[in-house]
Amino acid sequence: MKVLVAVKRVVDYNVKVRPKSDGTGVDLNNVKMAINPFCEIAIEEAVRLKEKGVVTEIVAVSIGAKVSQEQIRTALALGADRGILVETDVEVQPLAIAKLLKAVCDKEQPQMVILGKQAIDGDNNQTGQMLAALTGMSQGTFASEVVVDGDSVTVTREVDSGSQVVKLSLPAVITTDLRLNEPRYASLPNIMKAKKKPMDVMTPEELGVDVTPRVTTLKVEPPAERQAGIKVADVAELVDKLKNEAKVI
Amino acid sequence: MSILILAEHDNASIKGATLNTVAAAKAIGGDIVVLVAGEACSAAAEAAAKIDGVSKVLVADNAAYGHQLAENVSLLVAELGKDFSHILAPASTSGKNTLPRAAALLDVAQISEIISVESADTFKRPIYAGNVIATVQSSDAIKVITVRTTAFDAVSAEGGSATVEAVASAHDAGTSSYVREEVAKSDRPELTAASIVVSGGRGMQNGDNFAMLYSLADKLGAAVGASRAAVDAGFVPNDMQVGQTGKIVAPDLYIAIGISGAIQHLAGMKDSKVIVAINKDEDAPIFQVADYGLVADLFNAVPELDSSL
Ligand SMILES: Cc1cc2nc3c(=O)[nH]c(=O)nc-3n(C[C@H](O)[C@H](O)[C@H](O)COP(=O)(O)OP(=O)(O)OC[C@H]3O[C@@H](n4cnc5c(N)ncnc54)[C@H](O)[C@@H]3O)c2cc1C
Ligand SMILES: Nc1ncnc2c1ncn2[C@@H]1O[C@H](COP(=O)(O)O)[C@@H](O)[C@H]1O
Repeated sequence: MKVLVAVKRVVDYNVKVRPKSDGTGVDLNNVKMAINPFCEIAIEEAVRLKEKGVVTEIVAVSIGAKVSQEQIRTALALGADRGILVETDVEVQPLAIAKLLKAVCDKEQPQMVILGKQAIDGDNNQTGQMLAALTGMSQGTFASEVVVDGDSVTVTREVDSGSQVVKLSLPAVITTDLRLNEPRYASLPNIMKAKKKPMDVMTPEELGVDVTPRVTTLKVEPPAERQAGIKVADVAELVDKLKNEAKVI
Repeated sequence: MSILILAEHDNASIKGATLNTVAAAKAIGGDIVVLVAGEACSAAAEAAAKIDGVSKVLVADNAAYGHQLAENVSLLVAELGKDFSHILAPASTSGKNTLPRAAALLDVAQISEIISVESADTFKRPIYAGNVIATVQSSDAIKVITVRTTAFDAVSAEGGSATVEAVASAHDAGTSSYVREEVAKSDRPELTAASIVVSGGRGMQNGDNFAMLYSLADKLGAAVGASRAAVDAGFVPNDMQVGQTGKIVAPDLYIAIGISGAIQHLAGMKDSKVIVAINKDEDAPIFQVADYGLVADLFNAVPELDSSL
């Protein structure tokens, strides 16, 4: 079966970003960019399913500026077969991303779409669920285990109370949680090979999707600073402070 | 304005997160209606009717909603939600599962994890692991929102007397089914609701050593949490993970033990009132947010702390 994997270009997870001083946006000058960690897990899962013989083709899709090609190349180096870039320079919000992915699904007819549960820039955690709604597909969000069995897939989901197992009919949308797998590193030969894999480029207009934002960011600001704390010398001082100063125990 | 809240419940009772969500709805202002979608959920519906500030409870009691599968509940929320200006749910795993799906069915955006209400269409929400707070304004006719429960003080579970109305419509998408659930059983308070949280990280070295934290937690009436490194290493189950991509907590006291303080961990606990860090590395970033830092080997400090309580 064919699997579509959605990969987003985001600020590297080690970078602590800051708002610009005028509050108009986040300072992304000279910041290291990377594939969203959850999307890396999504690619890895697709590749493992291919290695098991369940999946025959993996298509990596990204929506964003031309530079997002880098993240598609990473996905190709990790084992995706071909890439699709939906190129746009404007900020595209989750509902519109989901509509674009639906348009790609209409063309590609995948049996499964794997996304990250969350992009670590906007922390939205929505796109997979929205895509599932628009396509009428079932959804296995926050997945820590994915087992394909004929025309259904059994997904273990990480939920607040522990874990939940659901059985979904295919086609289905899966969103990945951190424990689903540990992504491999791309080998040098695979990075070289990825350069020759096909990548289609299309635009939102060609896909017939209106990407007008529904939500406007009025301003961004840093979170409230915490008051500087103190170091205590020993456990006795700690207990004293907690009892008599902070009065929390 | 009228606000529909998708209740967090287990058919028998209403979960605390619903009370925080009602608080967010009150901040928006308007008529507050709570939807209880479940199976044999009349007890939960009756409890919802007592919540302070709620004017009506809608009960959709049907096998299709028994396990609150997103495929089915989102159809219900989209159908009922058409008549509301706002649709809210807690930013729990179930709210996050269902609400974006309902929003897409209504062709509107969803605003995730608001931490404040500026006006009926403008909200604050953290992005980039809480390193940035964005003020966002929605232009959609229906605002679909998940609420970060730690940012809103719960309303009282008592004192209300809402009318309870049954909803007949049963949506079964027929594409998913519930198989089973493994619920972590614990007598300790729930992580997201506890007033004290004791969390362990990679420094704990293994799962057995968490016994030290359980003992400490029991003396303090605390819940026990963990960093992702501790979860990944298999010391503890995933439902204990605190952070950007785990649970968000804001207790009166958070004690971080053997946790370095990565951005992603801080995102889940830095709004705690008092933070204590115990770490043997005096340069660990956790000390930058700690009110009281103790540079010590946890294997000495934790037993000593335990015995001095
Ligand atoms: C996409 C993504 C999402 C993530 N989401 C989360 C999340 O939600 N929550 C989260 O926690 N992490 C998350 N992480 C992981 C995060 O980046 C860190 O790797 C993790 O928080 C580190 O956990 P730790 O502090 O326990 O381990 P470490 O960073 O290894 O720190 C261990 C600490 O223990 C101390 N120590 C060791 N031995 C002792 C001793 N005997 N006595 C005292 N101190 C000792 C050390 O000095 C050190 O500071 C995420 C990462 C990614 C990429
Ligand atoms: N611009 C994008 N291009 C490709 N995939 C995306 C994009 N934005 C979001 N996604 C996918 O949706 C997931 C969840 O993102 P979000 O809902 O924004 O938190 C990501 O992990 C990706 O798999």
